[in-house]
Amino acid sequence: MSKHIIELVDLVKDYDGTEALKGINLYIRQNEFITFLGPSGCGKTTTLRLIGGFEKPTSGKIIFEGVDITDMPPYKRKVNTVFQKYALFPHMNVFENIAFGLRIKKTDKKVISEKVSRMLKLVNLEGFEKRSVDSLSGGQQQRVAIARALVNEPEVLLLDEPLGALDLKLRKEMQLELKRMQQQLGITFIYVTHDQEEALTMSDTIVVMQNGTIQQIGTPEDIYNEPKNAFVADFIGESNIIDGVMLRDYRVRFAGHEFDCVDKGFGINEDVDVVIRPEDIRLVPRDESPLQGTVKSVIFKGVHYEMQVDDHNGYGWIVHSTSMEPENTDVGLQISPQDIQIMKKVSAI
Amino acid sequence: MKKGWISYPYILWMIIFTIVPLLLVMYYGFTKTENGTMVLTPDNFIRVMEPTYLKVLWRSVLLALVSTVVCFIIGYPVAMILAGRDISRKSTLVLLFVIPMWMNFLLRTYAWMTLLDRKGLINTLLGALGLPQLNLLYTDFAVILGMVYNFLPFMVLPIYSVLRKIDRSLIEAAEDLGSDTVTVFRKVIFPLSLPGVVSGITMVFMPAVTTFIISKLLGGSQYMLIGNLIEDQFMRVYDWNFGSAVSIIMMLLILLSMGVMARYDKEGTGGGLF
Amino acid sequence: MKKAFGRFYLVLIFAFLYAPVLTLIVFSFNDSRSRGNWGGFTLKWYSALFRDRHVLSSLYYTLSIALLSALIATVAGTAAAIGIHNMKKILKSFVMNLTYLPVISPDIVTGISLMILFVFVRLNLGFTTLLLAHITFNIPYVILSVLPKLKQLNKHMYEAALDLGAKPLYAFFRVILPEIMPGVVTGFLLAFTLSLDDFIISFFTTGSGVSTLSITIYSMARLGINPKINALSTLMFIVVLALLLIVNKRSSANSKNGTAVMNI
Repeated sequence: MSKHIIELVDLVKDYDGTEALKGINLYIRQNEFITFLGPSGCGKTTTLRLIGGFEKPTSGKIIFEGVDITDMPPYKRKVNTVFQKYALFPHMNVFENIAFGLRIKKTDKKVISEKVSRMLKLVNLEGFEKRSVDSLSGGQQQRVAIARALVNEPEVLLLDEPLGALDLKLRKEMQLELKRMQQQLGITFIYVTHDQEEALTMSDTIVVMQNGTIQQIGTPEDIYNEPKNAFVADFIGESNIIDGVMLRDYRVRFAGHEFDCVDKGFGINEDVDVVIRPEDIRLVPRDESPLQGTVKSVIFKGVHYEMQVDDHNGYGWIVHSTSMEPENTDVGLQISPQDIQIMKKVSAI
Repeated sequence: MKKGWISYPYILWMIIFTIVPLLLVMYYGFTKTENGTMVLTPDNFIRVMEPTYLKVLWRSVLLALVSTVVCFIIGYPVAMILAGRDISRKSTLVLLFVIPMWMNFLLRTYAWMTLLDRKGLINTLLGALGLPQLNLLYTDFAVILGMVYNFLPFMVLPIYSVLRKIDRSLIEAAEDLGSDTVTVFRKVIFPLSLPGVVSGITMVFMPAVTTFIISKLLGGSQYMLIGNLIEDQFMRVYDWNFGSAVSIIMMLLILLSMGVMARYDKEGTGGGLF
Repeated sequence: MKKAFGRFYLVLIFAFLYAPVLTLIVFSFNDSRSRGNWGGFTLKWYSALFRDRHVLSSLYYTLSIALLSALIATVAGTAAAIGIHNMKKILKSFVMNLTYLPVISPDIVTGISLMILFVFVRLNLGFTTLLLAHITFNIPYVILSVLPKLKQLNKHMYEAALDLGAKPLYAFFRVILPEIMPGVVTGFLLAFTLSLDDFIISFFTTGSGVSTLSITIYSMARLGINPKINALSTLMFIVVLALLLIVNKRSSANSKNGTAVMNI
């Protein structure tokens, strides 16, 4: 098993009365691509900045390779950061920017030159040494920022929503590039984003956060297929979330009907959240399913049709399908037992 | 992270050299030396109320008001004309307008001394035209002229910058709804220019009421405005207590006028104090 | 029609504004002492100026005070601006009000209040007090020049430097300073110019025979018209004009909108 390169112990951060982090416990393995995912204000950037050393925690510890670095300033930590708006030094050219950290360590001139060239090659910016920073496009600046951080050969790279300012196509290309780089260099990447698709694409492990707490940690497949609660289910992918009652093991009631399902371990007649993915609902002729409704809207999304079907209880089901039924058609909704996710109701925080 | 303590020396400096001096002025204003000791007394302020000195105060305020009004009457059209020109020449014109202001205040005032003098250029020209010679220097007229000359740009520039920002489409809308030029000015342009007017009035009245150079050089050594009175008390008579009292009165005057102006300047284009 | 009238009015105004200045300059070359008549072209007033020891010593004092106070004010002001930039709101607005105080106060009040201070602490009025006074009124202008540049900085740049291994001082000199340098230089030029140009505050805070050019001119002017003053005025005007044109050009290059007219 890879060893734990970073451990966060009971990390709490208060800002002038607002609790940004409410006690985070987490370990990060060496060489893993781990992503902190969540909406604005969930604490993901705060956690990253604490690891980088730009903020001090109100309480708790940060352990790096077994050493307590909680009070260590950023310039002594063996981590490097790629900032959201790149933060390149405008009065220096590309070469100088990348060489900055090496110069501080008083590296030999020839070695600097060699390492910078190697970095530029890694990020596909060969020949850009003398270019000025403001002559570069967003994507190019992004890659310089990455090169500037990586050239120092850190053990851990922190990335704070680095792709936010790029257009969609470029963003997707960079996602794959970053993944490739991480695997090639074999170092730990800690990534922060609010884009769940991005997290699912790149990560080995995802940490879903909300309101300063961790909601779930797992692989992309785990999080997507087995969300632990309604928040995670709603945040990752699209879901239909409806109130239900767990009658007994393997049997649940929702939308006015009873269904077989594959979950157990809940109390008898316990109120639960029922989560069903839009792509897991099949539209069948009305009489072929106990759950029925009328198609209210149809939107063509390229990859699939997105339809809203209102059932007789008034719930609007979101259905994704490659074929479509026109508006005002009466249809039946068919769901397999294994696609019905039952989760405990999330108590209000 | 960067600490704020780096500016503490500065704060200390400013307290020592800005706040403490003002406190000392207050101190001197409210005290008097009797038999070698300082006693608290309102005598200095009572003295300011004497007719001689009240006349000085009154004259300063009056002259400053007259100068402000003259600056406004002359300056508003200038601002309007400058704001109406095409772009490229506008900034050059404004720059040209401002350049004389960059000459030393003292020298600009001195320049009028030479022009207004009995043997000066103006009288020479008048003489050449066969017109009678005028006694221009060392009069109220000279002092007002000096004030207007020195402070006109302070009136024009704020009004100009506000006029420039007026959205063209507001004027076009007014015209579209049937207003002629005069009405457009009365109902749209002038009201919108008020913040600039307020700024201009403040920036003229304040230095006008506190000046002592203009009055001394163009009014003569007998000519007393508040500024001269203060300078006199501190440099010749050495009655610092009285001088401080007069200074405090002057500062109150200024704060009062700034307060009045602030009431009209709802957008808060003034400095940080209000 | 309206345009012609407007143009005529502008010409009148400009004539009004420039007449005294031009007269001053023109008559500095006048061979006669008269203020009304032209006696021929001459440079004798300029050479008399350069032989006047009093004028020369004032020049020396003016330049050294301007240079010293501007330098000290620039260093102190830049440091202060950085501190202020990082302050919390309440403290920041208090300090900014403190900073605006000398800017808004009438010169005469600043002058006499400083004089009272110096005498109160039994400091002899002279070069030192003059310098202290100039530094005091210069620092706010430096702060007002540097602060906007600090606001424009990407907040993460300093953190990026630290992240890459730089110690705070190194990060400041290698990353922050180059970025705010335009503001620092403008602040210095502004302070230098204000110092050169000052009269009232210097008048009250100097002594022991230390005189600035403005004060010398004042004493000469009080004795009556003197063409040497014309010559001095012309020279001073040219110098200040050049300096302020530079400052204006720099500030319009740095500011967001086109016209940046310095309003002092």
